[in-house]
Amino acid sequence: MKLSLQIAWRFLKSAKGQTIMIVLGISIGVSVQVFIGSLIQGLQISLVDATIGNSSQVTITRENEDNYIRDYESLEEEYLNPYEDIAVVSFALDQPGTLLDDTATSPVFMRGFDQERSNQIYQFDEKIIDGRMPESEGEVILGDVLVEDMNLTIGDTYQVNVVNLGTLSVELVGVYDFGVTAIDESWMVTSLGTLQNLLGEGMVISSIEMQVKEPFDADVLMESLQSDLGSEYEVSNWKDQNADLLSGLNGQSVSSIMIQVFVTLSVVLGIASVLAITVLQKSKQLGILKAMGIKDKEASMIFLSEGFILGVFGAIGGVSLGLGLSLAFTKFAVNPDGTPVVDLYIDPWFIVLSAGIAILAASLASLIPARKSSKISVIEVIKNG
Amino acid sequence: MAKYVIELKDIKKVYGTTVKTEALKGINLAFEETSFTSIIGQSGSGKSTLLNIIGTLDRPSEGLVYVNGKDTSKMNKNDLSELRNKAIGFIFQFHYLLPEFTAFENVLMPIRIAKEKITDEMINRANELMDLVGLSKVKDNLANNMSGGQQQRTAIARALMNQPKIILADEPTGNLDSDTTKQIYDLLRKINKELKTTFIIITHDRKVAEEADRIIEIKDGRVNVDMTHKKDETNED
Repeated sequence: MKLSLQIAWRFLKSAKGQTIMIVLGISIGVSVQVFIGSLIQGLQISLVDATIGNSSQVTITRENEDNYIRDYESLEEEYLNPYEDIAVVSFALDQPGTLLDDTATSPVFMRGFDQERSNQIYQFDEKIIDGRMPESEGEVILGDVLVEDMNLTIGDTYQVNVVNLGTLSVELVGVYDFGVTAIDESWMVTSLGTLQNLLGEGMVISSIEMQVKEPFDADVLMESLQSDLGSEYEVSNWKDQNADLLSGLNGQSVSSIMIQVFVTLSVVLGIASVLAITVLQKSKQLGILKAMGIKDKEASMIFLSEGFILGVFGAIGGVSLGLGLSLAFTKFAVNPDGTPVVDLYIDPWFIVLSAGIAILAASLASLIPARKSSKISVIEVIKNG
Repeated sequence: MAKYVIELKDIKKVYGTTVKTEALKGINLAFEETSFTSIIGQSGSGKSTLLNIIGTLDRPSEGLVYVNGKDTSKMNKNDLSELRNKAIGFIFQFHYLLPEFTAFENVLMPIRIAKEKITDEMINRANELMDLVGLSKVKDNLANNMSGGQQQRTAIARALMNQPKIILADEPTGNLDSDTTKQIYDLLRKINKELKTTFIIITHDRKVAEEADRIIEIKDGRVNVDMTHKKDETNED
């Protein structure tokens, strides 16, 4: 093994130009893998983040006559706390209503939140563009779209009409911008207490909203929760509500893998053909080594070692080149505000995997020349001088 | 211990399947320990084929080859590789050093192939061999940076490294000038005397051949002449 490796190393060193060309070939292959992989992963993460980063990923609602969950705190204690995968639990009470101004009306979706918890999901404090968060009862915040449409002013008091319950006075204390029109023109965010008082049903909520540590496993958690809670409750997850996005992401992943497979394949074929030529170039040396008693297996090991060495250097070169390319991409492909068009996601495991695949592929590619080398006959070499 | 280091029994070699060419037509020979034999013959006579069969590089179509008393027909490829490594040293016309290694590393190669640890003793032996062939000064040169004669002498040192009982040489001076040829043969003779190594050498040069203890002439795949150096003991085949 040691001898094979040394002979392989000397063979590679003796044909520097050829060796550099192969290493460069592998490096380019690996760098394409690293770059495409990081780009697609980054794209997916930012897409998923934009879609579900600030929303409930698993939601529990109740299906009974009034749809309210009453014993939510004990429910959390008993059913949710045991799950380590649940990152945030927030309680929400929702109620549709109509916002009345002097001249105009607009339907609103009143959402009463436990502020501290809900902020971990929705990050309201980052989305407030004017004013502040509701602090005491009766205070609300509204989206910028609605505020602009109805020409509302922070500090003013407005009436909200709720069917069957009458009218509620609310004070506008802040304006948020989620960047999603559907939310910005309808959500009226207030405290849980404000809505609980309005409804007069006591301590009730309409849904438990959760974020999980592994968003892509949300469906597994959902099923488990559903069986824990029974049919009285309904558990939903973001994946069911975003099937189109998921199939898009899947398609992207598959095409990314396809690109990587074909790049790897071309690298393998390249190495195999170059090493096959090397066997012919080195047939004299192989002949004399065999005459001196080297066994076929060890002769093959020389070429496997060559493949391995080429793979290692190709992987190092490729990872460096790929990371450099990625860095250049985030520096030069930028939006007008200077942020990258796509945030690349550099996953160390993915890099290690790409490097590992390159080394494995190069070693596999050398199997063909290795086999060929074991067939070289000393007699042929001696006869042909 | 076998009296003969090599014995050939009715060796035949046929090439080709549809058109058959018989290169060797039944050869019976035995080589004594420490003997120095030259094999001569015209090109195409079968002498190289014979040497390759003796060296287990090729297998005969018929007949048996005994090396150190062992029947080589019963050995597999790996056994033969080991036998070559331990018992036989080769010197070829085109010396075939590994150009990627230095002269000294080339000399050590048979030890490394035998997977033995390179001990100080081995290093000393290699150095002694380099001295013996007169190459101590250029031992760290890459093979390609030496003259033809130097390369051939390196190949001789390499052939001796594992202290084989037998050295097989196929036209070892075939592409060297006459002065160098003389030097190389003197060297082989010296090794034969000092290290008691058995030599079987193919040459086309009758003058060179006559320096040997025994001369075998191969003609048309048969032993035509087999004579020891004492001119009165000629055995015609």
